[in-house]
Amino acid sequence: MTDSFNTIRVGIADMNVVKPPFIIRTAGLGSCVGVVLFDSVVDIGGLVHIMLPDSEVAKDGQLNEAKYADTGVKVLAERVIKQGARASKLKAKIAGGAQMFQFSVGSDLMRIGPRNVAAVKKALLELQIELLAEDCGGNNGRTIEFNPISKIVTIKTVNQGVKSI
Amino acid sequence: MSYVHEISPLHLDVLKEFGNIGAGNAATALSKLLNKKVDMKVPNVRVVSLDEMIEMAGGAEKVVACVFFRVEGDAPGSMFYVLSLKQAEFLIQQMTDDESFQFNKQSISELAISALQELGNILAGSYLSSLSDFTQLNLYASVPALSIEMAGALISIGLMEVSQVGDFTIVIDTQLNQDNSQSNLSVNGHFFLLPDPSSFPIIFQALGVSMDD
Repeated sequence: MTDSFNTIRVGIADMNVVKPPFIIRTAGLGSCVGVVLFDSVVDIGGLVHIMLPDSEVAKDGQLNEAKYADTGVKVLAERVIKQGARASKLKAKIAGGAQMFQFSVGSDLMRIGPRNVAAVKKALLELQIELLAEDCGGNNGRTIEFNPISKIVTIKTVNQGVKSI
Repeated sequence: MSYVHEISPLHLDVLKEFGNIGAGNAATALSKLLNKKVDMKVPNVRVVSLDEMIEMAGGAEKVVACVFFRVEGDAPGSMFYVLSLKQAEFLIQQMTDDESFQFNKQSISELAISALQELGNILAGSYLSSLSDFTQLNLYASVPALSIEMAGALISIGLMEVSQVGDFTIVIDTQLNQDNSQSNLSVNGHFFLLPDPSSFPIIFQALGVSMDD
C-alpha cells in the first residue's frame, strides 16, 4: 500500500469523495466500519468512517453525519451522486466492525462492531444499494484503501497481511 | 451545546491534579514492581478532537501494545495504558526475566501477555484507588484487556461514549518514564484517562468545583 500525495485521507467520523488520479484511505478501523460507495461504471467513489450505529443517540446540537451509520451512508450516497455517480449504478463494499477487546462480561460498548455492521447493512438496504463485498468482524484492526478506477478495496491488517475485495 | 464549552481553565487544572494524584501512585507501583526508578511527568489535560486523540496514542495505523480498562463506579470512563512494541517487550523482559523475549517471534507466550496485563492491572488499580481515596468517589477498574494492534482501532473504543455527545474529548494524559541505562531505551508509557461525559460534573463536584463556575 502506498501513502503518497495522491491519497485522500479520511479521519474518524469523517467522509470524502474521490475521483482519479486520487485514491482514498482510512486507517485504524476497529469497531468502526469503513463504507465505500461507488458507481459501477463511472470512476468515482466515496468513503465514510462510521463510529456508531444510530444517530438517535446523538446528544450534540450539531450532528456530525459521518459519525453514524444511518446518516453517514445516506449523506455519502448523496455526495457521490452530486459529484457524478448514478444512483441506479451505486454499489457498496464495507470493512471493519471488529471486536478489539475480549471481555467476559459483554456490555453494549463491546458489541459495538457487529451493531455498526448491522446498521450499515440496514442503511444500504433502505437506499437499495447492493453490497458487493465485505470484510467484517474478527478482532483485528484494518486500514482500507479504495481505488476508483479498479474499484478494488485493499485491506491491510497487522497479523493477516493484505487482501483485496 | 456540548459539555466541552462549559469547561474552564480552572476545570482543566482540577483535572490535572486529579491525574497527578492517580499517576503518582501508579508510578510508585511501577517503580516497586520493577525495582527501578520511575519518573513521572506532570499530567497533560487537553480537549482534543477524536483524530487528535488517536494521534496522541501514536497515530491511527501505528501498532501499539495497549491495556484497556473500563472505569466503573461513580464516575465511569475508559482508561488506556499505551506502550510502543519495543517498550512493551522491554517491560515483559524485565518482569519475566526472559531477556530474549520479542513480539515478532512465532508465538507469544501466555506468560508474557499475562505479565503485561497484570502490570496494567496494578497500575490502573493504584491509579484509581488513590483517586477514590482523594475524592471519596467509588471508582474501580474492570478486568484488563490487552491487545497489540493499530492504535486507531483500539483507542476508538474509548471514544464511543464521548462521541455520542460531540466530536471532542477531554483526556488526562500521564507519562511514566523508566530509564534503562544499559540499552538507552526508555520506557515512556502513556496513561490515558477518558472520563465519560456524564462523569465530569461528578468529578468536579467531588473536588469542590461546580460545573457553572
